[in-house]
Amino acid sequence: MTAAANLLTITAVLAGAFFFLAGTVGLLRFPDTLTRLHALTKADNLGLGLVVLGLLPRTGSVVAGFKLILVWLLVLLASSAVSQLIARNARRSPP
Amino acid sequence: MDDFLRAATVFVLAMVALGLRCVLRGPCDADRMMAAQLFGSGGIAALLLFQAASGLKPVIDVALTLAVLAAFASVAFVKAGTNSNDAEEGPQQ
Repeated sequence: MTAAANLLTITAVLAGAFFFLAGTVGLLRFPDTLTRLHALTKADNLGLGLVVLGLLPRTGSVVAGFKLILVWLLVLLASSAVSQLIARNARRSPP
Repeated sequence: MDDFLRAATVFVLAMVALGLRCVLRGPCDADRMMAAQLFGSGGIAALLLFQAASGLKPVIDVALTLAVLAAFASVAFVKAGTNSNDAEEGPQQ
């Protein structure tokens, strides 16, 4: 059981780190503002979700697990709203 | 296992630091704001990983507070941008 939980932690955290790498590379390499916004918001939220999934087996209590999930849900909400706002701002004032 | 989580923390922080280069060279202000957004979500992920590695319970609450506050900086940015745009567009029309 512990080995399975450790395997889940390692796999999910590694996948999350990969998505953070993908988000950063996209932010630095993509050609224009809207594609950069696309790369950043999707990849980072997926990376954070995978990190949270990987850390869930290591939380000692149910409350701590709910806190982790709550952090992820709040970041999803904030990031989806903010990406819409930034995209509208970027469309109104092109560089 | 703790060493693995610490290594993941350092990796995520390195990714955030790389992304912050965009603040310096980003062609427009929206790109700079996106780097700040990356700093928000990446910082939260690093805090959670650090919490799991160290076992300090209150760090989860710090991450929760950051997640609640994540939206406000960007909302302020967009608000300021639209106000100045309105001011610039005003005399042209």
